[in-house]
Amino acid sequence: MQEIPFAIIIAAAQIGAAIALLNGLITAIGQGNIVAKSVESIARQPEARGSIMNTMFIGMAMAETSGIYGLLVAIILLFANPLIALYMQHFIK
Amino acid sequence: MDFSIKNLWVINVGGVDVWITETIINTWIVMLFLIVFAVIVRTKLKKFSDVPAGFQNVIEMIVEAFDGFVRSCAGEKLMFLGNWFFMVFLFILTSNLSGLLGFRPPTADWTVTFTFAIVTFALIQVMGFKFRKGGYIKGFFEPYAIFFPLNVIGELARPISLSFRLFGNILGGMILMTLIYALAPFYLRFVLPAALHAYFDLIAAILQTYIFCVLSLTFIGAMAGTND
Repeated sequence: MQEIPFAIIIAAAQIGAAIALLNGLITAIGQGNIVAKSVESIARQPEARGSIMNTMFIGMAMAETSGIYGLLVAIILLFANPLIALYMQHFIK
Repeated sequence: MDFSIKNLWVINVGGVDVWITETIINTWIVMLFLIVFAVIVRTKLKKFSDVPAGFQNVIEMIVEAFDGFVRSCAGEKLMFLGNWFFMVFLFILTSNLSGLLGFRPPTADWTVTFTFAIVTFALIQVMGFKFRKGGYIKGFFEPYAIFFPLNVIGELARPISLSFRLFGNILGGMILMTLIYALAPFYLRFVLPAALHAYFDLIAAILQTYIFCVLSLTFIGAMAGTND
């Protein structure tokens, strides 16, 4: 009797992890925009290359944060799922 | 496939269990490597000469490059932070690169990255107060007094995002490498991992170390109002 809800929790966690990783799509688009604009400005002003590259790296790190949060949510769902412990605590005596 | 941090043994200190984990052992190995490296450099440079030659030239070049990096990110008045951040840079870089030798990188443990982020957080607040006094306090009530809670939350979010960025990148690379080694068919295990190691353990490691230092120094400089 206990196996069916348990299997549903596992399946839902894995689907949730996959959905959480989908935010990589939007992060990649944002980072692509940053690089595209930086290349444009370097082409327009090649002497400012150093400071543009510096700002580009900082901006890319900022934009990457949301992607990293998605990865962490996925990792927590897969390897340290709090819902399984909750289920064990409430429904298995 | 096991991505968790292994617990090697437990020491009981006065009723409190202290866990000696893989992270602690690997941190000690990295520290030992850095200390031996420092001692070797020190013994090689027994006599400092005013006109540098050979090995001393290389060392002075590295230190000067890092000083210039600190100057451009945080400003002239915060040059004394260069000592601390050179240590952070070397430690994080060595930790990240230790994944190449098959260790579990210490930076793939949130506690390590969060420790460095906490120190950065403290430096941001202390330097902000030291250099701007009233302006630092006033900065929390801008643009209106009602924004105070939002500003405090924004400050508290900094160490969390700073530590998770480094941690997530290194952990993600480690998980992908473990998956490749576990799941790739036999004939793919010779060429493919080398290319992926070059990206995840070399380029991403150096880039994330650089970004951690740049962001820390920029935050401190912006709060202290010394960078222009």
